[in-house]
Parts: sequence; structure tokens; C-alpha cells
Amino acid sequence: MSDVLIHNVRLLSEGLDRPGDLLIRDGLIADFGPSLGCPDGAEQINGDGAILCPGLVDMRASLGEPGFEYRETIASAAQAAAAGGITTLACLPDTMPALDDPALIHMMRTKGEETGSLTILPYGAVTRGCRGEEMAELGLLTEAGAVAFTDGAKAIASARLMRVALSYARGFGARIVQHPEDPSLAGSGCATEGAQATRLGLPGIPAAAEAIMVARDIRLARLTGGAVHFAHVSTGEALDLIRQAKDAGLNVTCDTAPPYFDLNETAIGEFYTYQKLSPPLRQDADRRAVIAALADGTIDAIASDHQPRDTDDTRLPYAVAPPGGAGLATLLGVTLGQVHNGNLSMAQAIDLLTARPARLLGAEGGRIAKDAPADLCLFHPDRVWRVEAGKLPGKAQNTPFDGRPMEGKVIGTWKAGRRVFG
Amino acid sequence: MVGRDPTMTAGGGPLAPGITPRLTRLPPTGTTPPVFYRQKHLLAIEGLAPDEIGHLLELADSYVLLNRSGKTQRDLLRGRTLINLFFEDSTRTRTSFELAGKRLGADVINMSVSTSSVNKGETLLDTAATLNAMQCDLLVVRHDQSGAPNLLARKVDAAVINAGDGTHEHPTQALLDALTIKRRKGRIGGLTIAICGDVLHSRVARSNIHLLTTMGCEVRVVGPPTLMPADIASFGVTVFHDMKTGLRDADIVMMLRLQKERMTRSLVPSAREYFRFWGLDAEKLAYAKDDALIMHPGPMNRGVEIDSAIADHPERSVIKEQVEMGVAVRMAVLDTLSRGDGRNDV
Repeated sequence: MSDVLIHNVRLLSEGLDRPGDLLIRDGLIADFGPSLGCPDGAEQINGDGAILCPGLVDMRASLGEPGFEYRETIASAAQAAAAGGITTLACLPDTMPALDDPALIHMMRTKGEETGSLTILPYGAVTRGCRGEEMAELGLLTEAGAVAFTDGAKAIASARLMRVALSYARGFGARIVQHPEDPSLAGSGCATEGAQATRLGLPGIPAAAEAIMVARDIRLARLTGGAVHFAHVSTGEALDLIRQAKDAGLNVTCDTAPPYFDLNETAIGEFYTYQKLSPPLRQDADRRAVIAALADGTIDAIASDHQPRDTDDTRLPYAVAPPGGAGLATLLGVTLGQVHNGNLSMAQAIDLLTARPARLLGAEGGRIAKDAPADLCLFHPDRVWRVEAGKLPGKAQNTPFDGRPMEGKVIGTWKAGRRVFG
Repeated sequence: MVGRDPTMTAGGGPLAPGITPRLTRLPPTGTTPPVFYRQKHLLAIEGLAPDEIGHLLELADSYVLLNRSGKTQRDLLRGRTLINLFFEDSTRTRTSFELAGKRLGADVINMSVSTSSVNKGETLLDTAATLNAMQCDLLVVRHDQSGAPNLLARKVDAAVINAGDGTHEHPTQALLDALTIKRRKGRIGGLTIAICGDVLHSRVARSNIHLLTTMGCEVRVVGPPTLMPADIASFGVTVFHDMKTGLRDADIVMMLRLQKERMTRSLVPSAREYFRFWGLDAEKLAYAKDDALIMHPGPMNRGVEIDSAIADHPERSVIKEQVEMGVAVRMAVLDTLSRGDGRNDV
């Protein structure tokens, strides 16, 4: 592979924000800085002043494999990820079969390598089959390469089991990732409890269902000394609890996903199932609280929370449709919306998408540094486009952002020095 | 049907003062009256303007007179196909739509689809595709899932009429309730109406709240806190948990059906406790106005939400009249939607 010089870009990575060039050699970042010379024979790419940042690290996404290939294959997810500037992705284990066996962890890592464009970091199941009953082999799964443990879209409901998992995982330095929703309180709910759900006649989930689970697990983290991570946090009340726990020095982290800072419950409109998410879209005060928590650092990462669905899943009455939205191709664009409207700095936004999730996952990528893998994303922060379900890259088209104008477009993605998009 | 005196109500009592039979306003055969309804479908009361509701009620009123006169309008919907698509058991609503369609001359087909299969949604859209291929003009849908008629309306060419969807809306029930009230009280606006019981799970309550607040009523909802939907006060209603204060000086007492499964979910402890505090009996009714009317969408659980003697009260219970109004209202809806073909603009 010949050298590649990307010049005339704004280099943006944790602790780095300056105009300059970047040189890729043998799949690694060989050098970066102002006006690098061009080595003989190097391919030159003029960035035209666009931003070059580390390839995005998406710490929460569902893949259709294994078991739900009709929704999405890994190859198609990798295509969507590349178009979205994502080069590393942590996948959920609630597949069929669930990722509760070391061989399956190996398989997912290998399948990622086979794409040539996407590193797949699998989460291991906390419980066998993600059924919430017996603990899976967390030690063997860690050894096989599971980056942390979760039961995916299902909360670990039993306090006893959560305590055991936090305590046991601690011995392997592993984090437990919780879907923070008390299932007995959420019941069969499918929209945030309040006037909107009442109007549509949909069973509601009170925002308190999230805060209750967060409060319980923070207490269990203190009891066990374990590390808990709350996924797709969506309410101000839960974020206040997490902020306090962090101030108290507990090992508590969290992420959110673009729908929770870009949309509110009114997006459901007339029972549109693309907007049926879990947790459900919240009231606007919660959306604003999520933005405040992104700005003050309470939230550690922005994840796509990608959940591929096909038309058999989405063309159902609202309450029976499975929740989840496609999110890979829109992760960067929606996040940049918060930069354009002044809520986040560009550096904050990029850190939330790269260095900070990479650290949580113990991933190699997520930074621009000499001899780091040349996983890169080149994007134009102001270029406009419109999200259109049916025209997104990859198979899953169930975007909750259908029709949304976007400001900021990926123009090139590199994985280990090889251009995989643009 | 037997010809009846059009100046008498179904119960045999005289019409309220101010209501004069308007035989001249029977829909004239072969001409098209001006249309005041601007939707292709009837999916919900929410979003309808007062003039659209008023139009449907006036037209329905004229159909009451037509029905009582024993005449029919069998040429109005001749050659049109009306399909009653019921995913949930219902005898009275389906029969009411069937009768309405037949009185207007439509070809009426009843389809009952079981929802017990796991892939009920698949059935829903597969059925929609089938109906579309059959060139159905009017599609009446009942489904146990909120929003199912909205989903169907996006997929079929027919005008869709929501005959009750989950806990969302039941628009023709609200219209027939309004027609009953209007004919008995001579007006709708300005009345005080208490809607009592399981508001949480009631599509009838939601549609009635939208309609009655739109038409300028004072609407109260009365029931145990566990059966009140979240933020219901934001719909412009006042919430009461006590029947005696909730019913005070009410013009209309509208009872809702309490389903047995609410007990199994522990939302209320027992039928006898429910009846003691929220069942309508003579003692609680005494707090309403002396001429307050008693309504119930049916089917009733006698002895649970309503005392039998009250349900059958000869002067004040209008429950049977509601059923009669149901046919007229559905005729008005079918008439209006069949004229539109989605081009109902004034």
C-alpha cells in the first residue's frame, strides 16, 4: 500500500485542533502536523479545509447477525457504518443465539475483520441467552474478547443478579452495561407516559422507570465496587443521579443516542413506528436535560443505538412493532446539529464520538496519534443533505430522522489506512 | 321498519323544546348538498373542527327522522362497497354500521379477522392489500391496537372509518352520544358532562372528551386515580376522584364500562368496592341535576359500574336511544365520506 497524504484539513482529535496534513503509511498514522512534505509516490488528497478526525467509535449498535439477517447483515451494517464515518462498533449480544459463548465472541470479531472496514467489538451477555437468569461465563468471554457485558435491550431486572454480575465482573476489570428501565414499572408501555401517550391511547412508561433503575444500580455499584454503565440515558432525573454518583467518585458512566437530544415524543406523530424507540422518546424537558448533560460532561459518549428493522417489523400497529431505529449513517450529522446550534463545541462533539467511547471500550482507535491505526473520518461540517428512509446506505432504513435536513456530511472514511468510503 | 312519529324520541317521550322535526331537511335524492367535512377518513374526533362535527350531527339528525318515517335512501350508496373489518369482537357496532350501510343501499360485507395469531399485524396489512384489490369504497375498522386504522388508511384507497381502535378513539360513538345529547337537551355547548369510570382504557372517553370540549362543554372525568390517564387535565377537563363532587349539578352522566381484566391487573381491588365508590346508583345520581341524563356506550356491567334500576330509568336513561342514534350517525358518516373521495374541500 502506497503512502497517502491528506492535506489541507483541520485535524481534530482529543487535545488536538489545528490546520495541517496527515500521512498514512502501512495502515498507521505515520505523521501529522502543519505542512508535512509529500513523500515520493504518495497519493495526495486535498481536504479543502474539511475536518479530519478519528474514525467514529460507536459504543452501542445491534447487528442483524447472528439470527436476524433479514433485518441486516454485518456486510450491510459495515457499509452504513463506513458511510457514517464509523470504524469501530460495539455490538449487542442479544442476538440469536445470544453472544454468551466464547466461540461466538471470536466469530463476531472475525466477521468484523472480514469486512475490511469495521472493527467489531462484541459485548458479552451477562446472562445465558440474555434471559436474565443464570450468569454467563464472564471470565471466558472476557478472555475471548468481550469488551463489557450487557443483556442488550433487556434490563437486568433482578437486583440480586445485578449485584452478582457487578461484583464478579469487577474481578476481570469488566463493566456491566445496563438498559436502565424497571421492567415491572414499564410493563407493556411503548411511549413516555403523559399527555401525548394519553392522546394516542398508548400504554405509557413513566420517566421514573429509568431513574429507579439508575438509582438502584448506582447503589449496587457502591455496594460491590463494580463498574456500571447506563446505556441510552434519556431523562433528566436519571442524569442528575449519574452526575451525583460521578461526583461521589463511583465507577459510573453513561451514553446517550441522537434521538434523545434531537427528538421528543411529538415525533411519534400519527403512530409512526420509525419513532418507536426503547427507551421511548421523551418530553422536551428531558431532551434539553440530555443536551445539558452532554455539555457538562456527565454523558461520556454518544452511541448510534442502531437497531435494524425491516418492513415486516415497522408496518405494524404501534404497540406491537418492535422498538428501535437505524442510526449508523446519521450519528455524526445529528450530533453536529448540537455544534451548529451552539450547545456543544466541535471538539466536545468529536470527543463524545471518538476518544471517550474508545477509552470506555478499551479500543485502539478513537485518536489521532503517531503509530495509531489510520482509522479516520473526513467530514465537511457545513455540507447539507436530507435524510431519506429508503435511500440510506445499508439495508436498515428505519430511521427516526426521516426527512430531517442535516448539516455536516462524511466525505471520506479510512480503515487501517484503506479508504472504505468516499 | 315501523313508521313512528318523528316528533317522539325512541323512548316515546317528546323531543326537547327547541327541536322541531325538520322533514324538509331530509337529504334530497339525486342532489348533492354542500359538504362541510374536510377529511378523507374518519379516524379520530381529535382534529375535527366544530363545523365538521356540526355538519355530521345535522345530517345524522335528518337521518333519525328518515329512519323513523320508515323510508330508506337505497339509491344513495348504490354500487358502493362497504366492508366491516372487525379484528375485535363487537356485535352492536358492527350491526349498526351494517344497518346504516344497507339503509343507504351499499353492498355490505362483514369480515371478522381473528387476532389470536401471533402475526396479527401481518394479517392487517395483507388484509388491506386484499381489500384494495376488491375496490372497496368504505372501510369500517375495529382493532384492538391503537392506531391500526391510521396504518390501514395509509395503505388503502378506501375512506377509512375508525370503529374503535385500542384505547385511542371511537369517533362514531362520540358523535352518537353528542346527537343523543343535542336532541334531548337542545344544545351541546354549555352543558356540564361527567364521564365516569375507567377513563384510562376508554377510547369512548377520549373521543367524547375531544368532541365535547371542542363543542364548548364543561367536561369532568370521575374515577379512581388508577384508572385516570396521565395528564388528562391537559385535555381541558377537570379530574374528580369522588362521584358526589364530580356529579354535582351535571347535565349528563356518562358511564364507562369496566372490564374484568382491570381487576386482575389490580387497578381496582374488586367489583363490589368499585360499585360502592364509582358505580352509578340513585344516591350518587341525586347529586347531578334533577333532569340529568344517564348514558352508557354499552355493553353494560349491571351492578359493577351502573345499578340496574338506574340503567333502566324510564325518563332519564337514554341508553337505548344511544343505540338508535348510532345508526343515524353512521349513515351520516357513510353519506359524507362517500361523497368526498378525498376531495371534500369546501
